[in-house]
This record gives sequence, C-alpha cells and structure tokens, in this order.
Amino acid sequence: MISCDEATVICNKSQYDEATIIEKIKLQFHVLYCSTCASFIKKNTQLTSLCKKANLKTLTAAEKIAMKRELQKKI
Amino acid sequence: MTAHQLHPDAWVDSYADYLYNYAVSRVSDSEVAKDLVQDTFFAGLKSAKNYKGEAAERTWLIAILKRKVIDHYRKINSKKGKAEVRMSYGTNREDEGSWLEEQVADPFSAFENDAIENEELGMAIQECISKLPEKQSLVFNMKTVQGMSTEDICKELDINPSNLWVMIHRARTALMGCLNQNWFKR
Repeated sequence: MISCDEATVICNKSQYDEATIIEKIKLQFHVLYCSTCASFIKKNTQLTSLCKKANLKTLTAAEKIAMKRELQKKI
Repeated sequence: MTAHQLHPDAWVDSYADYLYNYAVSRVSDSEVAKDLVQDTFFAGLKSAKNYKGEAAERTWLIAILKRKVIDHYRKINSKKGKAEVRMSYGTNREDEGSWLEEQVADPFSAFENDAIENEELGMAIQECISKLPEKQSLVFNMKTVQGMSTEDICKELDINPSNLWVMIHRARTALMGCLNQNWFKR
C-alpha cells in the first residue's frame, strides 16, 4: 500500500522513464482504488505528450549567461 | 490600465526561451535563432525610450523579433532573383497542361496544419513556463526540454533528488492548470 504522495512522485518519475518496475506495479495497484490519482496520472501523461508534440527548445544556461553579459555591456 | 515598464535586466531570464522558440520555428537554424534573439534584445534596448508602455514587455519584444526574422530573410534573399517565386505551367510530362490550382497545397492536409498547431502549442507552453517561479522553470526546462538526467541536475544545482521531484511536481501541476486555461479553453 502506498500513499497518494508516493503515488504522485512515482507518476512524475514515470513521465521521465525513471520509475522502477516495482514502483510502477505499486502505482497500478494504487490507481485501482484511488480515482484522484488516476485522473492526475491522465493529466500528467497528457502534459508529457503535449511537451513532446510542441518540440520545445531552450537555450542552455551558458548561452543565457553569455547573452546577459552582452546585454549588460550595452545597458 | 497601468502602463507597463521595461526591465532589461530580467529580459534574458524571462523571455529568452520564449523568443528563441519563436525564432527557431521560423528560421530552423539554432545559431541564427540565437543571434536573432540577441539582436532583439539590443534593438529593444536601443528603442527603449520609444516604448510607451501600452503593450506588455513580451508582446513588444516579440514584435521586434518579428521584424528581425523578416530582415533575416531579406538579407539572405537579397541577391537579385532569389526572392521571386517562379511557377511554371506544368512542365513535367505528367501534369502537362494541368492548372496551377491543382498544384496548390491541400488546405486540409494534416501535415501542414499540425505543424502550425504544434508551433502555437509550443508558444502556449512557453508562456506558461515563463510564469513559473525561476527555480521551477529552470528545473523543468533542464529535465523536460534538455532531457538531462536527475543525477546531473542535482549535481549542477546542488539539490537532492527528492527536492528535484518536488519542484518538478509543482511545475507540472502549475503547467497543467495554466494550459487548461490557455490551450484547452481557447
């Protein structure tokens, strides 16, 4: 038996493929009797697929620091 | 309505990713996109005194970036003749004599429409990410966008894994709520 808090952590981990098989089984079992977590998992998984679909890009921290430095020079 | 103000110090943290996504989807070259974002910040700084505070900072910056993207295409197309669109009337044997109308893109094509929709989705997500507290958006970006491992992020930010998962959880919950408003209810 796991609590909802534990279930949430496992759910978040599994969004990044970092949950172990045992954790996944625990989560599946939890979902059987907890509809709140079931709907959370559904939404969370949807967010993951949206992020994948959107093909997000980000500048690395180093690039941002370089950018800031350039900008500071001109302020 | 209160007048908006410019805070150039915070530009990179607040808008760099948002502007970068916009640029990358239009020029499809990450180096060029990066330069365009930097140029946008410079141009913003230069014309800061013309900013009347009518539009939000982000809207104002994206308007500058739009011009920069157009200028970029003008520059690479500046050699004469390159910028014109040539359409020949059915030269291939197969479509010889067919009308130009038959050659235009299918307006219901899932391929093009999906690309446009995904780009809008990207901007919506980016907007929501920019509303997160700084630390949360940093962790979320590192994990989700850059795909870094938990271990690496913990080392870099000097936090422990359970800390990281709490931040990821808060970020994800906030994003779900924000996207519900910005994306699904449009």
